[in-house]
Amino acid sequence: MLDSRIPEGPLAEKWSKHKDDIRLVAPANKRLIDVIVVGTGLAGSSASASLAEMGYNVKSFCFQDSPRRAHSIAAQGGINAAKNYQNDGDSIYRLFYDTVKGGDYRSREANVHRLAEVSVNIIDQCVAQGVPFAREYGGLLDNRSFGGVQVSRTFYAKGQTGQQLLLGAYSALSRQISKGKVEMFNRHEMMEVVKVDGKARGIIARNLVTGEIERHSAHAVVLCTGGYGNVFYLSTNAMGSNVSAAWKAHKQGAFMANPCFTQIHPTCIPVSGHYQSKLTLMSESLRNDGRIWVPKKLEDVEAIRKGTKNPVDLSEEERDYYLERRYPAFGNLVPRDVASRAAKERCDAGYGVNDTGQAVFLDFASAIVRYGKTEASIQNLNNPSQDKIIELGKGVVKAKYGNLFDMYQQITDDNPYETPMKIYPAVHYTMGGLWVDYNLMTTIPGLFAAGEANFSDHGANRLGASALMQGLADGYFVLPYTIGDYLADDIRTGKIPTDSPEFDAAEKKVKDSIEALINNNGDTPVDDFHRRLGLIMWNNCGMSRNEKGLKGAISEIQELRKEFYKKVRVPGTADEFNSELDKASRVADFIDLGEMMCLDALTRSESCGGHFREESQTEEGEALRDDENFAFVSAWEFTGTPAEAKLHKEELEYKNIELKQRSYK
Amino acid sequence: MNITLKVWRQKGPNAKGAMETHKMTDISGDMSFLEMMDVLNDRLIRDGEEPFAFDHDCREGICGSCSMFINGEAHGPGRNVTTCQLHMRSFKDGETIHVEPWRASAFPVIKDLSVDRSSFDRIIQAGGYISVNTSGATQDANAIPIPKVDAEEAFDAATCIGCGACVATCKNSSAMLFVSAKVSQLSLLPQGKPESKERVQRMVDQMDLEGFGNCTNTGACEVECPKGISLTNIARMNREFMKSSLS
Repeated sequence: MLDSRIPEGPLAEKWSKHKDDIRLVAPANKRLIDVIVVGTGLAGSSASASLAEMGYNVKSFCFQDSPRRAHSIAAQGGINAAKNYQNDGDSIYRLFYDTVKGGDYRSREANVHRLAEVSVNIIDQCVAQGVPFAREYGGLLDNRSFGGVQVSRTFYAKGQTGQQLLLGAYSALSRQISKGKVEMFNRHEMMEVVKVDGKARGIIARNLVTGEIERHSAHAVVLCTGGYGNVFYLSTNAMGSNVSAAWKAHKQGAFMANPCFTQIHPTCIPVSGHYQSKLTLMSESLRNDGRIWVPKKLEDVEAIRKGTKNPVDLSEEERDYYLERRYPAFGNLVPRDVASRAAKERCDAGYGVNDTGQAVFLDFASAIVRYGKTEASIQNLNNPSQDKIIELGKGVVKAKYGNLFDMYQQITDDNPYETPMKIYPAVHYTMGGLWVDYNLMTTIPGLFAAGEANFSDHGANRLGASALMQGLADGYFVLPYTIGDYLADDIRTGKIPTDSPEFDAAEKKVKDSIEALINNNGDTPVDDFHRRLGLIMWNNCGMSRNEKGLKGAISEIQELRKEFYKKVRVPGTADEFNSELDKASRVADFIDLGEMMCLDALTRSESCGGHFREESQTEEGEALRDDENFAFVSAWEFTGTPAEAKLHKEELEYKNIELKQRSYK
Repeated sequence: MNITLKVWRQKGPNAKGAMETHKMTDISGDMSFLEMMDVLNDRLIRDGEEPFAFDHDCREGICGSCSMFINGEAHGPGRNVTTCQLHMRSFKDGETIHVEPWRASAFPVIKDLSVDRSSFDRIIQAGGYISVNTSGATQDANAIPIPKVDAEEAFDAATCIGCGACVATCKNSSAMLFVSAKVSQLSLLPQGKPESKERVQRMVDQMDLEGFGNCTNTGACEVECPKGISLTNIARMNREFMKSSLS
């Protein structure tokens, strides 16, 4: 029933064979075909630029005031590629293997292998575009290491890799806008997918400045609308990041896959108060050099919380470097899900080091000394003093992570060069998303999903520096080819008219729902509901989940939904710049999605990756998979309400990797 | 802490605007400036009034959306910081804080504190790129070694977030710092050299067309830039521009 359309043949040959086999659209015919791309992050910008370069007429949409502001911009640490420049044994197979294992064996082999294959092209492409990656003194590209792997394959531009890659894609997009091949719609929100004869043929968009409802038609629609981490209210996502485009598509027939697979990132700045609007990530790259610990003794914890003891005064013996203790092989560089759970375990046991009891230390003292000694040796200093070593070491750390340290100090008012950072896990990325086949097409013909918006490559846990890789792989090198196979049927279709009954109906639906929100006459701001939804999700569908909590969450969310529609207040009118209205329609969709995530988490009674069901764990408290019963992708079909969604299963086959219990010990 | 806010209210691009006064009590020093604005908007909504419109998104200083002119400074007091990363501990208890939008004719006000910066996009569209298609069949990334210092200088210029603080703070509303950062990044790298002549000419033409003012080397832009983009980029662009005009 669910056809993933994975090509036949040996794993390493599938993608090249598929490219040879799929149908093409001739250059002259591409000019007759329109494609809508929603979202301008790494996947959206790169897809728009590439499709336009190939000759398609592209309409590109973003809700931000400029395509350059999409949240890919905030990615810090880096991008993986199997270049093996460091000669440390890396290969396409090893990147593929690490990604499947890191995802706890819940991703699709063929997709992941393709991702690893094109990863090398991404770096070549970006360098050609002028992306200023970090370099070594010899002028060649530098690499660093990320969690869950034992090679250095991560390319980076200080702590601003996402920014540099997005600006590269944005410049390629800008070039096509100047040629007239991309028509850009800033400050526009997609409100509905329009289907004609069962195929996606356009969208209804709202101009966020004037409030005007617009009709846009195309032969295919591509959603590159990112993840839905903001269902938790507090996350590292941008304030505007939302699920609405994906959710509208879901309600029109696109299946949602593995919605409960959420990545909780271990190193974020802890929550400081009720007014908190978002959480800030401290890049995983910091775990290359930072050591994570809590005190061994509870009395030291107390003293540190009270401020009577300074963490730097604790001796090595008084510290519990719990990741190094539990996972000697990978140490501080275990995958994110493992590191997050370990932090929660220590904090739940009472060892949290701040007022709220929800923080652990990330300490750079030993890295500063290590780098200082190397630097002293480079500078030929004989018998340098400890102070000199530390001074030199701080210089090296500043060069590597300066912007992250500045950001930390700005937010917390603590100086991380002098005292260890305090960090705690926070929602960061969603591996789940719209179900897509090998061509990145959803279950609605003509509707595609790329980047974080789809589910395909990261299984139950994404490895660091792989999101940028997937976004650009999908947008530059996968979708532009695979979409041709679908569009080959449309070369004689002609322009899709927007005055059809289907467009009329879609527009009416959008206008009705906006009117209902505006005229609701409630008394409670949208954020209030969003905050409450976030708390339900964090407590019951966060780092640790169980049957009772999930069932409770589902009924709490259903109550919250009723209250939302009764009491929400949206000030202003529908025909003006109205941020509260934008938020209200996004939160309405988050409420529905939250319920579906809990249902998915309830159904999957095994633990895997970021999805930890308390009922399914090993004696040591590690996630225990159940391959017998759960080696599948859950794909949910909307049938009227989130609670009634119908489950479809795509069985996962592992022919090239042995399924085994993941171990980082 | 308690503060008095005077915030710019303007219904639309052609409406007349004015400052509006609001008293804020019990503000925590750990709040970001935008979180303080959230608290104000929350109260306004509950009281049946209109919240203030302002642009913001990532709230971690990198997307370039936020854009408030606070007490006469782009992004408020403090150096190397965007409005979203400015914290209330930077202000004194009892202080009166003035909040205005960016003011420049090339950045028309949309509503309240939100302005239209699409002129920046059009400058990039005029030439802020390297004309290479996404074939994936370019040469190997390590084929051209680039000296570390050049790569780092290009990177420093490339960290511009396109927020427009330079324009807002300049007495001439000049966009020279923004434009020169992109021109520098691409002219410092070997990949960008083949088009450097056309690029600088086209970007400068577009900048003039959008109605940005001239540069008189005051240097306020460098001081207020949240990413510390250096004035030397403007000097480099001027050289590039002269070279390309003469040859």
